[in-house]
Amino acid sequence: MNPEPVIGMALPERHHHCDVVQQMLYNASLWNGHRIHFDMPYATEVEGYQGLVVAGPLLGDWLHQIVDEWLDDAGMITGIEYSNRVAAFVGETVTAGGTVTQYDPNSGALTLEVFVKNDRDEVLAPGIITAQLQR
Amino acid sequence: MTGLLSTEVLSHIGRQTDPQREIVTRRDIRKYAVATGSRLQKYLDGDVAPPLFHLHLFWDVVPLDTLSPDGVFTDHLLPKFPLEKAMAGGLDIQYHQPIKPGDWLTATRTLSNIYEKAGRSGALIFYEVMMEIRNDAGELVVSEKTTRILR
Repeated sequence: MNPEPVIGMALPERHHHCDVVQQMLYNASLWNGHRIHFDMPYATEVEGYQGLVVAGPLLGDWLHQIVDEWLDDAGMITGIEYSNRVAAFVGETVTAGGTVTQYDPNSGALTLEVFVKNDRDEVLAPGIITAQLQR
Repeated sequence: MTGLLSTEVLSHIGRQTDPQREIVTRRDIRKYAVATGSRLQKYLDGDVAPPLFHLHLFWDVVPLDTLSPDGVFTDHLLPKFPLEKAMAGGLDIQYHQPIKPGDWLTATRTLSNIYEKAGRSGALIFYEVMMEIRNDAGELVVSEKTTRILR
């Protein structure tokens, strides 16, 4: 990790554009058969969504990835608290990012606020991640 | 309190699933890493599992004819709730140890709480499920609390 963490520091952001192939592979990997993720007539006509809903835990994974990529081999994620507040839709570009909110240089313990937001700046999935730097 | 929750529904608090034991494979880790858009080589190579991989490992695998019409499996840990429309929920996860190919892991899920609250547009039911994942030495690997809201 470079540079050293500072409270208030923003992590590099990452855009995700989940297309229908990634969506299929992700849900197949979970064994998730929920139709709102791949059955367009069902998602829009029966459930009233504007499109295919990106699986909630995939947004959760992107929260982890923001911190994990930044940490690389310098430490590991020890916990997360997050919720899915607003749906993301297949084909939409969303942005994941985070900020260091607590850092203890002696112990290497870190807390970060993380988010996935859409292009209207709505936070879809807010979270708090704790991590531990190797000492 | 609106008194939505009957004694019968509340009696399910504490109910536990049978332990589910699964093996971690390199191929499963690689598939999961690719599907999530991971860019870290250790995950793409399957040397170690990314966080949240346990969702993949312990998602219920059930026969097709037991899925509901919307493609969802029935969670037999849960009672029939008087409200059924699911709203956003939350996850609270602790990672105690890394997960690697060849690990045998066992998950046990417990319905740890059911309660109700008055929401802005009516009553809400909350329930919490604790999942503990242990290795064959009995050590805790991941612990997770899921909170779901029904309206």
